[in-house]
Amino acid sequence: MRPVDAPFALTHRQNNTERIYCLNDIATQHGLHRGMGYADARAFCPDLQSHPADTPADQMFLQTLVRWAKQYCPWVGPEGTDGLVMDVTGSTHLFGSEAALLQDIHLRLTRAGLLVRSGLADTRGAAWALAHYGEGIAAPGQPLKAIGDLSVAALRLDEKPTIALQRLGVRTIADLSALPRATITRRFDTGVLLRLDQALGAQPESISPLQDPPKYQMRLSLPEPIGLTQDVMAGTARLLDQLCDRLKMREMGARVLELTLRRVDQVSQVVELRLARPMHSPARILPLFEQGISAVDACFGIDQLRLVALQVEPLPAQQITHRQDAPPAKLDDLITRIGNRIGLDNVQRFLPADSHIPERSYIIASAAWSDPGGPWVSLRQRPLRLFAPEPIYGTGRHPPKQLRWRRMTLTVGHSTGPERIAPEWWLPDENWRLGVRDYWKVETKQGWRLWLFYTPQNPGWFVQGEFA
Amino acid sequence: MALDFHQYYPLRKGRTHEVFGPGAISFAFSLAGQIGGSVFWIRESWQLGQINPAGFSQYIDPSDLLLVNSKDQTEVLAAAEETLRSGVVALAVVELSKPLGLTAGRRLQLAAKAGKTTGLCIVADGMGSNAAETRWQCTSVFDPADSTLQRWKLTKNKSGTLTAWDVRWNAEARRIIVVSQAGQRPVSQGATR
Repeated sequence: MRPVDAPFALTHRQNNTERIYCLNDIATQHGLHRGMGYADARAFCPDLQSHPADTPADQMFLQTLVRWAKQYCPWVGPEGTDGLVMDVTGSTHLFGSEAALLQDIHLRLTRAGLLVRSGLADTRGAAWALAHYGEGIAAPGQPLKAIGDLSVAALRLDEKPTIALQRLGVRTIADLSALPRATITRRFDTGVLLRLDQALGAQPESISPLQDPPKYQMRLSLPEPIGLTQDVMAGTARLLDQLCDRLKMREMGARVLELTLRRVDQVSQVVELRLARPMHSPARILPLFEQGISAVDACFGIDQLRLVALQVEPLPAQQITHRQDAPPAKLDDLITRIGNRIGLDNVQRFLPADSHIPERSYIIASAAWSDPGGPWVSLRQRPLRLFAPEPIYGTGRHPPKQLRWRRMTLTVGHSTGPERIAPEWWLPDENWRLGVRDYWKVETKQGWRLWLFYTPQNPGWFVQGEFA
Repeated sequence: MALDFHQYYPLRKGRTHEVFGPGAISFAFSLAGQIGGSVFWIRESWQLGQINPAGFSQYIDPSDLLLVNSKDQTEVLAAAEETLRSGVVALAVVELSKPLGLTAGRRLQLAAKAGKTTGLCIVADGMGSNAAETRWQCTSVFDPADSTLQRWKLTKNKSGTLTAWDVRWNAEARRIIVVSQAGQRPVSQGATR
């Protein structure tokens, strides 16, 4: 979306009404504000342009920003839906000063096209107030001086106490802090005082930084290089045990593993293992590595092994019951071994599909990424082998008495049909552009049993399959 | 009297066999249905034609069959050897497009013996390997009353004589039944069932 020089708002469906989620400056000048009903906003400002808000994408962007902000300090967390909170204690000197740090943040984010407001203070509450209702840096030790002139709404209060306070004539934070505490508690609940204390530093408040995603990688450095396959396998076993412990603790299973073997001459050799099922059992994974490791050229020797789980999937512990069949572990291992040789996607299985078109009555899916499908129902006899339609010479609605197919002259002895199959008009299919097909099962005197079809709308005969 | 072919003349387990002719795939599927368990169908990915699950679901459950698509015959043989040696599957069907050398055939035979798995190679006419335990020629026979009649002929047998049978598929019993030779059977054989 490009920026517009007109009133513009993002709308969001809330409580069964469209409300304004976010808006630009021009729209604000027209008297619109956040949370306003969209119908009201249109009445205020008839030329308002709007677009539905994409809140999940906003969240993802915020997570990205959190990761980006880790370059300034380690303690970064999201604040609401549109902000970041950072504990920069002890890391400002790396950028010169607090002001220089803020300037750097502003500069980089503005260059990225974002509109930024920031506040920096001793407490989280004061920083929030500054960021939302004024801007700048509070001098250390004097939060009231910096935020005293701001409205009470800057205390992160709900709408109700804010309005009540303003009706009482308590407009600024300085006014509020001058009142006796007992009277505030009597009139409002403790929430107002809690927020005030948090802003002024009387109550501690921590930030919850975003957790780093767990890393599934292990490394083993060796004092002396090794070269024998069994030695490398022993080293891999040691790494695998640790890695699998870590995976088990988080109930995850590895899908793709990468073993990097660094040689003495600084050349790295990579063994990749793609598993047919997520696994975290070292005893099962280790034999699967054998094939890859035996192909590695150790040269002068290997002095570092590094094992990374590149792709992990949740693998919760499962209750084994007497009814449940034992998981086909050996079959999965076989798929893994064959898949690592010829590509895991080349081991496939058939899944039933809901279509009466013969070639679309099944789906071919990768065996590693799918489970066996439901029941197979075939109402009519179908050929054992299907191929792309091969045109043959023939006229008329009934199968020809003689046909030439694949350089063979066949005499038709018996034919069954027709079975009319119409194309699925809701799915465009180039192969079915000749229209409906009349299928015939043809038994030839030479022994071939073929599946022929005739296209009455564009006369022509084709062979599409063979029965046994 | 209905004589179940695979009980009457079972293929030797833990060996590789070969089959050719127009009826080769129905031979493979009826064998898979008789053995039971999972089946690996190993073929080259460029080959035209695709086995159709709606068609072979009368022989085996299509969810028991896994398709292995390989780049060339070397990979087909490698996958076949791995499958046979693992002993996990009941039957490995290998579609071959080129003649199989004696070494490759023998390796498959040893792998099948090690894994106690039956292997079945679908070969073109006259391209079999000498290492195979048996070789079968399967042709469909035209019979106006019976659309499943086939002639299965042993053309190579390491441990027995060469014979031929006329068989047909009994859809109700889901098995291959031996019928008497042409000329000895009544005309209405297929009609009466």
